[in-house]
Amino acid sequence: MSSPQSDRLDDRIDAAWIWDRIARAVIFVGGISAIIFVVAIFAFVAKEGLTFIFQKLDLGFFFTSMEWRPAQEPEPEFGGLALIAGTASVTGLAMLIAVPFSLGVAIYIGEFATGKVRETLKILVELLAAIPSVVWGFIGLTILNPLIIDLFNVPVGLTVLNAGIILGLMAAPIMTTIAEDALKAVPDSYREAAEAMGATRWQVIRQVVLPSASKGLVAAILLGVGRGFGETMAVLMASGHAINIPTSPFDSARALTATIAAELGDTARGSDHYKALFSLGILLFLVTFVINLLADVLVRKGASDRS
Amino acid sequence: MKRAFNLTAVLSLAALGLGSCGGTVDGASRASIKNKGSDTLVTVAQAWAEEYSKVAGGTVVTVTGGGSGTGINAMINGTVDIANASRKMKASEFDTARAAGIEPVEHIVGFDALAVYVHKDNPIESITIEQLAGIYGEDGTTTKWSDIGVDMGDNDEIVRVSRQNNSGTYVYFRNTVLGKQGRYKLGSLDLHGSKDVVELVEKTAGAIGYSGLAYANEHVKLVPVSINGNAAVTPSVETAVDGTYPIARPLMMYTNGEPTGAIKEYMDWILSPTGQAIIRAKGYAPITMD
Repeated sequence: MSSPQSDRLDDRIDAAWIWDRIARAVIFVGGISAIIFVVAIFAFVAKEGLTFIFQKLDLGFFFTSMEWRPAQEPEPEFGGLALIAGTASVTGLAMLIAVPFSLGVAIYIGEFATGKVRETLKILVELLAAIPSVVWGFIGLTILNPLIIDLFNVPVGLTVLNAGIILGLMAAPIMTTIAEDALKAVPDSYREAAEAMGATRWQVIRQVVLPSASKGLVAAILLGVGRGFGETMAVLMASGHAINIPTSPFDSARALTATIAAELGDTARGSDHYKALFSLGILLFLVTFVINLLADVLVRKGASDRS
Repeated sequence: MKRAFNLTAVLSLAALGLGSCGGTVDGASRASIKNKGSDTLVTVAQAWAEEYSKVAGGTVVTVTGGGSGTGINAMINGTVDIANASRKMKASEFDTARAAGIEPVEHIVGFDALAVYVHKDNPIESITIEQLAGIYGEDGTTTKWSDIGVDMGDNDEIVRVSRQNNSGTYVYFRNTVLGKQGRYKLGSLDLHGSKDVVELVEKTAGAIGYSGLAYANEHVKLVPVSINGNAAVTPSVETAVDGTYPIARPLMMYTNGEPTGAIKEYMDWILSPTGQAIIRAKGYAPITMD
């Protein structure tokens, strides 16, 4: 600001200067709005749920009991174990499906595909990310449900497997995009050096590119996990929404997010049930926050390691 | 005369601080009634509102669903004039209402037989309340159709379909089958709508579910229910009205205080033969079978 040039600009008060100021203000607000929103959302969720967590919620019971009975007479019970297990199992299975799938796609797009094939694939992967989650849920409900019943001869197809497949497909695009970015960030000189040493294509990828991009790839997986944790509608429709600690992929389960979505609309504002649902929200918020933070740190670390 | 009525309606509404009155249409005042609540009642409530707008041109009724609890809370918060409910208001809800200066008055507008649904290929002939408790209750040990003497072949495992825990249907079924402080066995598929329950049962061979009779279709089977060793009764509008079907429940509308003005006119019309014919046509039982 103290350079002669900018002084001269500041002295000039005309339309261009005013527009410059306005544009600066707008961009500034845009830039910090994300921070404001995150803080405001956390403050809101905390306001509704924190006092309940500290004053009324039995945390030991919450983390060890599967008895989620918020409408029980005479005393409601808030046990969160089955919901946590449901979210974890669905996300876990989704990652088992999505990780190999999206890493494979990323390696193919980043290392093998060229020209039109590459561009088409990239567009298609991004298109996959644009499908609304309720449509995914609908696919789980109407296509996968009867398919699972027929294929595996199980009584019901709204299961961890169903939700896991749906969620895996939903998380795959973002994981593919980030993983491909991580592969692209590996300098070509690495590949050239390896090829000069006589390494085959596969050896280059496996021993040079993948290790070098490992932090970015882990970050891609973590973002996928975060996506899985936060997904609501599709999981609500495909998982069966049953309070149950699943012991096999063919058991139904219920996710934290789905519980909030299904119950919040019908609860009296300010009631214990309402606040307990906000407590679930705080738990989700903390978990996804940690996952995203970890992913972000890894991406930055991956970038700084190479430079 | 009509004009005078509308004026009183608007005045009383304003005095109660309940509804809002719209502008003038063709020089006449227009009253609006807000109605919200039970998903079980929502189709009937919409049919009533639509029909009523034709006969009482001056009054507009807007109907939204969301569940019994949602409607009752909205009435307590003063945002709606009439709350639809498929269960009685709880003591705690009455307390909250009185604390907010609202005096809920209950109006029974019809009855709903809560039907037990199974897959259409299920050979079951009837079920007792005790057997239902054995399937749905926490202490119940019935997990297979063969446990209650039903041969389902490969689909012997019972798939329990239930509702989300704040639906009026969930609460009514619990109170009637498991007792007021009864506990559901966890692990049932808890669906978010009466229609969803029937649709899932339709597609799942080993399933059992409960939902309003109005949601019945030819792709699912309704199981006759018996209580206290009596003969099993098939759910129908008739058996719901004469009280022989054991899990029929009253459908209610709650107003703040005894209704007056436009709201009273509307409630009276709902209970009139015209209004009751509409609820009958939607598959629910009217308050009397005339």
